[in-house]
Amino acid sequence: MLNLSNIMDTIQMIDKQHLDIRTITMGISLLDCVSEDPRRCCDKIYDKICRRAANLVRTGDNIASEFGIPIVNKRISVTPMALVAGSCDTKNYVPFAMAMDRAAKECGVNFIGGFSALVQKGFAKGDEYLIESIPEALAFTDVVCSSVNVGSTRAGINMDAVARMGQIIKKTAYLTRESDGLGCAKLVVFCNAVEDNPFMAGAFHGVGEADSVINVGVSGPGVVYHALQKCKGQPFDVVAETVKKTAFQITRMGQMVATEASRRLDTPFGIVDLSLAPTPAVGDSVARILEEMGLATCGTHGTTAALALLNDAVKKGGVMASGHVGGLSGAFIPVSEDEGMIAAALQGTLTIDKLEAMTCVCSVGLDMIAVPGDTTAETISAIIADEAAIGMVNSKTTAVRIIPVEGKQVGDMIEMGGLLGSAPVMPVHSESSAEFIARGGRIPAPLQSLKN
Amino acid sequence: MKAIVTVVGKDQVGIIAGVCNTLAAENINVLDISQTVMQGFFTMMMMVDLSQCQTPFDQLDAALKHFGESRGLSIRVQREDIFDAMHKI
Repeated sequence: MLNLSNIMDTIQMIDKQHLDIRTITMGISLLDCVSEDPRRCCDKIYDKICRRAANLVRTGDNIASEFGIPIVNKRISVTPMALVAGSCDTKNYVPFAMAMDRAAKECGVNFIGGFSALVQKGFAKGDEYLIESIPEALAFTDVVCSSVNVGSTRAGINMDAVARMGQIIKKTAYLTRESDGLGCAKLVVFCNAVEDNPFMAGAFHGVGEADSVINVGVSGPGVVYHALQKCKGQPFDVVAETVKKTAFQITRMGQMVATEASRRLDTPFGIVDLSLAPTPAVGDSVARILEEMGLATCGTHGTTAALALLNDAVKKGGVMASGHVGGLSGAFIPVSEDEGMIAAALQGTLTIDKLEAMTCVCSVGLDMIAVPGDTTAETISAIIADEAAIGMVNSKTTAVRIIPVEGKQVGDMIEMGGLLGSAPVMPVHSESSAEFIARGGRIPAPLQSLKN
Repeated sequence: MKAIVTVVGKDQVGIIAGVCNTLAAENINVLDISQTVMQGFFTMMMMVDLSQCQTPFDQLDAALKHFGESRGLSIRVQREDIFDAMHKI
């Protein structure tokens, strides 16, 4: 039997601690939209997305109303576009992004992911054309997100792709300079990308997935933060246990929403992604959780250990609460989207080097980091290479979402607006990595790839 | 379908009567009531049965909220499943 205090706990979490479902993401396969004629292909893409996701937003809103739990985002992910468009007789892939953009707007979702290429071992024809089209695709569309997988534990790192992505990020930042490089906020470079991630900007619908699928991303840094306030001064065993219990509750709610959405949309349930995804709102920060564990400022010594505990406990608590766990599952550390991270970066305690260390133990990587506009393409490539190496060796997903903001210097602030937040421009090392990046080729897969 | 109605606000005459009238007008049966005063606030939860209710969920929620606002109370209705999911294994 439910008691009053349980019920009021849940209501407090929603009202005061920012508990929400961060996203219901419908994955849609576009493999049956392949056509030689690019225009025909775009039409098929538009039609299929609109047909499958016609009721997604309304269903999400109805569930939110009936269960009294905010569902912040409704989104769509599609098959990596390089695979779909590869058969078309064109080198310009921007129209495919425009078709995605139109379809997403028609369905009323706020982002669509999958303008993507998987090039961890090499480029197919479609991959090269897609990557070349990324800067314009992101500049000419509003809600399309793009990702490129440049490495994996099995394949090693494609350093030609890493070098190319440094230039692509620079060009994207330039083309979207009017909005502080907003295009780069919609572009992720991955190592070990996952095929069922519901979170943007890195979501795409993998080729091993069903024709369409519902993936749900939960959130709740505020709830964890609040729970930890009750165990001040206690040993880490208590901290871990508290995080686990909270993660369990959050994930149960996510699982229930996922099951309900899957039933109403008559679409198979894929996974629940157990991520602690912060927002710029006060009280919804991952950095503040780490500080609650006893660190004066996020980024000081001890931060990596605190994050390791948090990331692990979130997974342990969540895994029993869901039928299928997937996606990125862990704690996100996007600088611009986290009020505590922004404060720590402004203060200078949180640096890119410390963030890199934190990515060894968190669920993704260097996320939403603004760097000076004069940062070279080679330096950005070298940052990507470092992250990809961490992912490759540790058999985990890592990513880089970095914004070299045209005309901005260290200490300036950039404004992305909404959930993307604002960020101080952070310093990078000025010493050159150009000769390193110019080598090209592939970094061989590590010994741990040989598991058979 | 079962739902939970929660009411939080300053204690005053006629809260339960008012909420029950609103529910009765929608043909909603009350299955259980539990109430207390928490940190100075009147706090009540009612388990209700919506199976005979013809009004769409969002309109029901709006009707309860409307009554709540006239009395300075926070009232919400949510399907029971969310609480079951979070508090029962």
